[in-house]
Amino acid sequence: MVDKVKLARQFIEAIPHSRALNMQLTDIGAGTATIEMPYDDRLIGDPKTGVIHGGAVSAMMDTCCGAAVMSHPSAPGGTATIDLRIDYMRAATPGQSIRTTATCYHITRNVAFVRATATDDDMDRPVATASGSFTVEKA
Amino acid sequence: MARTRPEPMQVVKQRRDAALKALVEGVPYIRFLGIEFDRRGDELTGLLKFDDKLIGNPFLPAIHGGVTAAFLETTSIITLSWAYLWPDIESGAIDTEKLAAGDLPRLPKTIDFTVDYLRSGLPRDAYARATVCRAGRRYASVRVEAWQDNRDKLFAQANGHFLMPPTDASRSG
Repeated sequence: MVDKVKLARQFIEAIPHSRALNMQLTDIGAGTATIEMPYDDRLIGDPKTGVIHGGAVSAMMDTCCGAAVMSHPSAPGGTATIDLRIDYMRAATPGQSIRTTATCYHITRNVAFVRATATDDDMDRPVATASGSFTVEKA
Repeated sequence: MARTRPEPMQVVKQRRDAALKALVEGVPYIRFLGIEFDRRGDELTGLLKFDDKLIGNPFLPAIHGGVTAAFLETTSIITLSWAYLWPDIESGAIDTEKLAAGDLPRLPKTIDFTVDYLRSGLPRDAYARATVCRAGRRYASVRVEAWQDNRDKLFAQANGHFLMPPTDASRSG
């Protein structure tokens, strides 16, 4: 179990795009993962307000959901996204880190189902939520 | 009925290209991913040039699913904004110099976005084209497809809903 957690963290940190976005895996458990992404001027989607682009939030959601699947005790190995839906509740406050927590709430031999929520410093009002299905790759 | 003489082609092209350039280059995240747009008349094609920083799975290697989502979402927003701005670009009501100076119009906001990953994104250039299925005053629905080597073999497709920027008419009541 400990090895799998370590493996997931190494895997996430070896992903070039996750590194490019400065994503940090701050917590990983049995089917849950938390990733933090600091505010960065390069990721701005609306130059007038400085709000981060939805695409950067999508990248974070996708990575975090994948990490949650890999950390699940029943997942033998890697995973790939089948589909991912993201709902944007509000703009993330410029200057603040975004934190995403994903939960793999059900897993079968072939498919893992995941939900995720992203927030900034105001933890009570989500920035975005996601739900998706992922493949379960044989080890 | 007297027909007005059409504008010279160069003038029309220059105005269209300047508007598109301002729209795309004004967004830092689009520059970060290296997304460009190819224009044929009013039709746009998004172009994602492959780069090592876009990799999501270093063992295959494959493009990161988040990059694919971001590419599809960006293509959707730019295509939707383009369709929305097109009448003003054609009439000359839009001041392209002000646009280039950073005075961008308000862009549509994503309400939700659903991506289907059909096959893994290979480490090479990708293309995307979006279709505005419905453009209302407040809400719009957009479909977008992305492919790499073969137009018929999509590697991802998506559907999204967007909140349109308020117009002057709707603001005044």
